[in-house]
Amino acid sequence: MKLIIAVIKPSKLDEVREALSPLGVSGMTVSEVKGFGRQGGHTEIYRGAEYEIHFVPKIKLEIAVADDVAERVLTTLRESANTGKIGDGKIFVLEVAEAIRIRTGETGADAL
Amino acid sequence: MRVVRHSFGLISALTLAVAGFGGDAFAQGVSKISGADTAWVLTATALVLFMTLPGLALFYGGLVRSRSVLSVLMHCCAICCLMSVLWLVVGYSLAFGDGGAANAWIGGFGKAFLAGVGPETASGTIPEVVFFAFQMTFAIITPGLIVGAYVERITFPAVLLFSGLWLLIVYVPVAHWIWGGGWLASMGAMDFAGGLVVHLTAGVSALVIAKMLGARRGFPREVSPPHNPGMVMIGAAMLWVGWYGFNGGSALGANGSAGMAITVTHISAAVASLTWMTIEWVKYGKPSLVGFVTGTIAGLATITPASGFVGPVGAVVLGLMAGVICYILVGLIKQRLKIDDSLDVFAVHGFGGLTGTIMTAFLASPALGGLGFAKEGMTIGSQLYVQIVGALATAALAFVGSIVIVMIVRAMTPLRVSEEDETEGLDITAHGERGYNL
Repeated sequence: MKLIIAVIKPSKLDEVREALSPLGVSGMTVSEVKGFGRQGGHTEIYRGAEYEIHFVPKIKLEIAVADDVAERVLTTLRESANTGKIGDGKIFVLEVAEAIRIRTGETGADAL
Repeated sequence: MRVVRHSFGLISALTLAVAGFGGDAFAQGVSKISGADTAWVLTATALVLFMTLPGLALFYGGLVRSRSVLSVLMHCCAICCLMSVLWLVVGYSLAFGDGGAANAWIGGFGKAFLAGVGPETASGTIPEVVFFAFQMTFAIITPGLIVGAYVERITFPAVLLFSGLWLLIVYVPVAHWIWGGGWLASMGAMDFAGGLVVHLTAGVSALVIAKMLGARRGFPREVSPPHNPGMVMIGAAMLWVGWYGFNGGSALGANGSAGMAITVTHISAAVASLTWMTIEWVKYGKPSLVGFVTGTIAGLATITPASGFVGPVGAVVLGLMAGVICYILVGLIKQRLKIDDSLDVFAVHGFGGLTGTIMTAFLASPALGGLGFAKEGMTIGSQLYVQIVGALATAALAFVGSIVIVMIVRAMTPLRVSEEDETEGLDITAHGERGYNL
């Protein structure tokens, strides 16, 4: 099993979800986060004064998938979240030691 | 306000001269309470209170960062109540009571706790207690305006002490000079609803306390932007509506003067909002909401001293000037002089009020579409001189008075919170609450 952590543009969330559903991705966790990467921050202007905004709003996805679909999920995720501009975000992939469905006690890929 | 006092003086003079009655007739002549006038000033009183609670509180609350929003609301609430009590105890008496030999400078203690003022006691064509209440709402909002200078870093005891002393040392004397029959009133100074009494006093004192308190951490580049521009707009809109009572009520009657005051007030606010919006649009490519409503407040403050004296075209002129001048002043104070008058009290209120006061000398002239000068025989030139003297005297008292007050407060309580508390926000550190429990 793999845990895919993706930080993407907020405007891309719906597209990503729609693209991933047919691949058998049966759940994901979404958080509103702030951070910076190559895009850096930006400035906002209030009453003529510039304010430096260091952290840009992003969406963080956490998706646990079985090993056999991981590759296709990653490709689809990358394609659906891509705008070609700086600030599209990053994808991280982690090995998952165990997964447990709390209601039934199922483990492993069955729990996903 | 001065127009009414003027005509009231005329009526009593006529009563005496034409009818030739004695003291009783004089008393009868002046105690003619008008139901219509009373109803309007009662309404206006509620509108002006609404400007502070919750208008100004929300306007300022939205402009600070989320961790200090409650402290700003709390400042406005506490100031409202403290000023009300002080106004009853001695403030009103010193501003509008008879000061005897010293009356040019300050009123007396004769009306402390509203002594001798019953429901039947008249002030012009309204009950004096209504006049008291109307003026009380002005005494509330004026120190409330100064809150914008010291947000996010001042201690709560310092807010209470400063505001209380400021009411008695700065506001009350200036109110007496101009509206209470003091020396500026005798000179014919024109300040319909408080360009000097309210906005210039608050603006100058804001600058002083902001300088003496020091800037917020990270000022000017690293401070947080307004946390809730929507709240800022709601507050500004309430101020706008309440200003109908502020300026329209200052006619102290339900009449054409009140109607004209409200009309020019609205026109000035509209023109100033559009002006500020246009400047930002051209300069930065985007017309912002915070900028727009800042223009609104600038237009309202600028028309305030002129509202009962100028015509609608004068209001357009003042609105344009408000948008341009106050916009420039915001940058000047913060970026050039590096004074963290955090929410631009001086730039918007102080300089707006000053601009309106000076321009009244021109725009009140019937030759320029105005409604005429308060005193017989005045010209644009002589009125301009009086307006400048009034502005200088007001600014001087506010400046020196505020320095003295801050020194007194500093001797009694710490002025500023610790760096740690400032970072954590005043809501939790000073008041034990959070604005947003998410």
